[in-house]
Amino acid sequence: MQREVARATPPGGGAVRRRLSGRVLLPALALLVMVAVIFYLQPRAMSYTGMRLVLRYSLPLMFAAMAQLCIIAASDIDLGLGAYIGLVNSLSALLLAERPVLGVVSLVACVLAYAAMGAFIEARRLPSIVVTLGASFVWLGLALLVLPTPGGSSPAWLTTLVGLRPPYVPLPIVAGVLLAVVGHWLFMRSSYGVVLRGIGSTPQAVQRAGWSLLTARSVLYGLAGVFGLLAGLVLTGVNTTGDANFGAPYTLLSIAAVIVGGGEFFGGVVAPVGAVIGAFIMLLTGSLLSFMNVSTDWQLSVQGAILILVLGTRALQRRRA
Amino acid sequence: MTRRWLDANPWIWSLLGAVLVWGLTVASVEGRGGIETLSTALGFATFYVIVGIGQMLVISAGPGNIDLSIPSVMMLAGYLAMGVMHAEDSGLALGVLVALGVGLGAGIANVVLIRGLKIPPMIATLAAGFVMQSMTIAYSRGSTAKPAPLLLQFSLARVAEIPVIAILFLLVAGGVAFALARSTFGRSVLAIGQNARAAYLAGVPIRRTMAAVYIISSLLASVAGLLLAAYSGGASLNMAEDFLLMSIAVVVLGGTSIAGGQATVTGVWTASLFLYLIVTMLNVLGVSAGLRYVITGLIIIGVLAVSKGRKTA
Amino acid sequence: MSETTGSLVVLSGIAKQFGAVRALAGVDLTIHPGEVLAVVGHNGAGKSTLMQVLIGTIAPDAGRIAVGGRDESGGYDVRRAHALGIRCVFQELSLCPNLRVFENVRILHHRLMGLGWPRRARRLVREALDEIFPDHGIDADAAVGDLPIGQRQMVEIARAFTVTDQPVRLVILDEPTSSLGARAAEQLMQFTRRAAARGISCIFISHRLKEVLEHTDRVVVMRDGQAVSHDRAADLTEAQLVERMGVMALAAPAVAASARAGAADRAVRVDIRPIAGGEIRLLAHAGEVVGLAGLDGHGQRGTLLLAFASAGSHAAEAKVLGSVAYVSGDRPREGVFPLWSIGRNLTIGLLRRLAHGGFLSPAEERAVAEDWRQRFKIRTPDVGNPILSLSGGNQQKVLIARAFAGGADILLLDDPMRGVDIGTKQELFEQIRREADAGTCFLLYTTETQELQNCDRVYVFYRGAITEEIARAELTEDRVLRASFGQTGEAERADAA
Repeated sequence: MQREVARATPPGGGAVRRRLSGRVLLPALALLVMVAVIFYLQPRAMSYTGMRLVLRYSLPLMFAAMAQLCIIAASDIDLGLGAYIGLVNSLSALLLAERPVLGVVSLVACVLAYAAMGAFIEARRLPSIVVTLGASFVWLGLALLVLPTPGGSSPAWLTTLVGLRPPYVPLPIVAGVLLAVVGHWLFMRSSYGVVLRGIGSTPQAVQRAGWSLLTARSVLYGLAGVFGLLAGLVLTGVNTTGDANFGAPYTLLSIAAVIVGGGEFFGGVVAPVGAVIGAFIMLLTGSLLSFMNVSTDWQLSVQGAILILVLGTRALQRRRA
Repeated sequence: MTRRWLDANPWIWSLLGAVLVWGLTVASVEGRGGIETLSTALGFATFYVIVGIGQMLVISAGPGNIDLSIPSVMMLAGYLAMGVMHAEDSGLALGVLVALGVGLGAGIANVVLIRGLKIPPMIATLAAGFVMQSMTIAYSRGSTAKPAPLLLQFSLARVAEIPVIAILFLLVAGGVAFALARSTFGRSVLAIGQNARAAYLAGVPIRRTMAAVYIISSLLASVAGLLLAAYSGGASLNMAEDFLLMSIAVVVLGGTSIAGGQATVTGVWTASLFLYLIVTMLNVLGVSAGLRYVITGLIIIGVLAVSKGRKTA
Repeated sequence: MSETTGSLVVLSGIAKQFGAVRALAGVDLTIHPGEVLAVVGHNGAGKSTLMQVLIGTIAPDAGRIAVGGRDESGGYDVRRAHALGIRCVFQELSLCPNLRVFENVRILHHRLMGLGWPRRARRLVREALDEIFPDHGIDADAAVGDLPIGQRQMVEIARAFTVTDQPVRLVILDEPTSSLGARAAEQLMQFTRRAAARGISCIFISHRLKEVLEHTDRVVVMRDGQAVSHDRAADLTEAQLVERMGVMALAAPAVAASARAGAADRAVRVDIRPIAGGEIRLLAHAGEVVGLAGLDGHGQRGTLLLAFASAGSHAAEAKVLGSVAYVSGDRPREGVFPLWSIGRNLTIGLLRRLAHGGFLSPAEERAVAEDWRQRFKIRTPDVGNPILSLSGGNQQKVLIARAFAGGADILLLDDPMRGVDIGTKQELFEQIRREADAGTCFLLYTTETQELQNCDRVYVFYRGAITEEIARAELTEDRVLRASFGQTGEAERADAA
């Protein structure tokens, strides 16, 4: 009888949280549609080389999206991610080829700085939106100090890595799948990942159970720092040069990718697989437009429209549930 | 006692900061040009204030509420208005109307996305911003964007060394502060910001209030875009570059709570002055662009840590 | 000293001060293994604070804590408490809604990791749920946020009894039955007996005195930060308990059935079909106090919210003729504006009436707030003080005053007395009575059957529909209980058909 009662009554506390697989379904579908349209418009894109070209910039974006996911998992937001990626790009372009030891040390310092930022936010209970905003100035400023004008070069090993040609499937897709698997395991399967997601919804509960919020947040931000580092390195590899402003678009794009992929701003609800899919979606809008012979002036419009479409549909589904 | 006063008037920190920085600037040039510095600061800070007030209202409506479309509204309004004006006074009235129209339209679009389609405000305004930015980029190709002479004069005019636009928006700020404290609209916003569910159950008109908040923000952004384009002698694609981050910075640094439900208009002014004066001082001291950014960022974080850090959750 | 040998936990001289407020003024408490202990007292008597000291989330200013004969006073914290087998189920749920049930179990057990931990966690929680709440019907893979509040509470309780590397010796349950349905509450009480037989002690903090006397071994009364008495439950009566808590003896509910007879002739204010349909409609007239009863989560709240949303509507399914105001018992989520003063929390309910052309006059506002402060005897020197400076019961007074001040025709009360002490409850019901006499219509949803004695008529809900309408004169706890399970004369006939 209890069982029937449970099903008959509405869930407590408000909105229904659909199972994670349902969250990812919608963006996966959107991506498939986009890919289908692209292939229809430009069959040559279906070739290995074609896909490689189209997906060139998906590598930095997918890592950026995973970095942002770490922050959003804590119900925070990172407005400085783009600037940080620009800093990593500048440092790696300037130092890694000529002075690798100094380069590695500086990059490690970057990651540690990110973890420290997380600790700072937790310890002083500050709003992440403003701290990361202030940090964005710091990262950009440091990048400008490192590279006042664009320059530097990508070390050979990095260029090679980014230019890898795995059989049958181009690198971006392989990397995407790997990243999705790693991210999924980290957040949804590992025993500490559960704790990390917990602090995004009910930190007091997690603390009462004896976990350190300081450690947890530092770990999340540190992870974000690592993924951001990978994004910056890959960007250096792809562009083969450094520029303090290269990272700028990644802030907003990474947020869009995570949310389109099924994440929510509050409540620790994140989908790592979805974030990777979201990154691909955001990236392909540019290609979609150029194949439709529409001026890329409108690329932003299409990205905006896709965001609205996916999220509007999600909201409608929620209402019907 | 002092602690309570400090908590109730959080703008004091950015005011102290502004005074300190102004003092340092003046001292470093041996006491000359203090008034001029202040006057210019008031003029430039006004633009941050205009969008800051709108952003402040949105943020105080509750956690998750933010307007990321502000720079795009500014640009679109600025470009379209200039385009209509054709650098002639006869086009002034139409230009202003067009700018306000952009603001109204953007605000309504945001409301539809947020309240109608239930898209989270950050993404809704982000998406709307993308679309408007796109429109601006397309429009900007082959448009002459020069302001009507009257508008240009107005944006640069001064009364007793104080820019007219600063005076205007000091008054506007005063009005907004009064409305927040004493009008039903202001109370409604702050109630929704503290506890939206309780506000609904207490009979506060949620839909109307939230719509108004986003429309006001977009309208103010369009006015800022119009005046900034005039002030700068024309619209440009990077004119609103740092306004996204700045609109948030001046709100929070000024003492408005990012969690919503508590706002200070005075703080928007003091924080705008503070931030602008920092940049001025660093320029005067001949600091490189990179170092300027680093110092600005560290100061933002520093002021935040001091003014907010001690409160327990 | 012989009293404390073989004891599980001994607290001596525990004191705690929060600023000017002395929450605990030297408490001595001994807990024996395998006993079911109840701690009762007024709101503000220090019960929750004492439990927080026991579980290690608050460090006392003075006093000693001894567990299993060993002095643990230095460096006693949550991890130490857990290691010693002390668990707590708080009033404010401690589950993460975005995580699944078995993942929430992981949060509690630090050693539950490595390969295959999900399987172990699932097994742990299923076993615990099956043992405590047979027929619970909860899916271990469900996200906690998707579960109704009763099931969430069950999960949290079950979780407290799960064991991995450390045994459970003492479980503190802070108002556990307030969110559970009657059946689950009964199951819990029976389980604690079995657990006690196995040597696990339980502490209940509860306002439900009858429940406490029926199901516990010993009752400790707290008052003003001290433990003033402890007796065997078998030796106590409810009246004695209430007396020890320092409250006047409960006056009999002052409802003369005859005085209310004319109510049905008055204007109809509410005519609603409950959310899941059904034959019986909810009817309420001006001047009536209508109760909504039944197991928690069977549509009462939904019906109240429907009434709220239908204010002024003449629709066939939901007629609500008059203005409405809503009062919730869930203060932090649905009632209080935490940054505001008492006065502002009050006047938000009548903004439009107070304002002149959209603007408010501070002097008028203050006067209105002051007026209501006096009427409700809200214990504060100044309505300009922050609302959070008030005790829970007084905060609830403000919320109810807010609804009254708005002058609405219909007041919807959603379990408004939850966690409110008896003295305050009495005052509030008197106010409701007075207001009803003046013509206001009340719909009162309550999870405590005793409170229904204040109602003229009671509708019992089951699975979203009304199963029975009971007039005051025919109201018995037994009848309400049976209707709560759908066992009415009608329902039984329908089943047989």
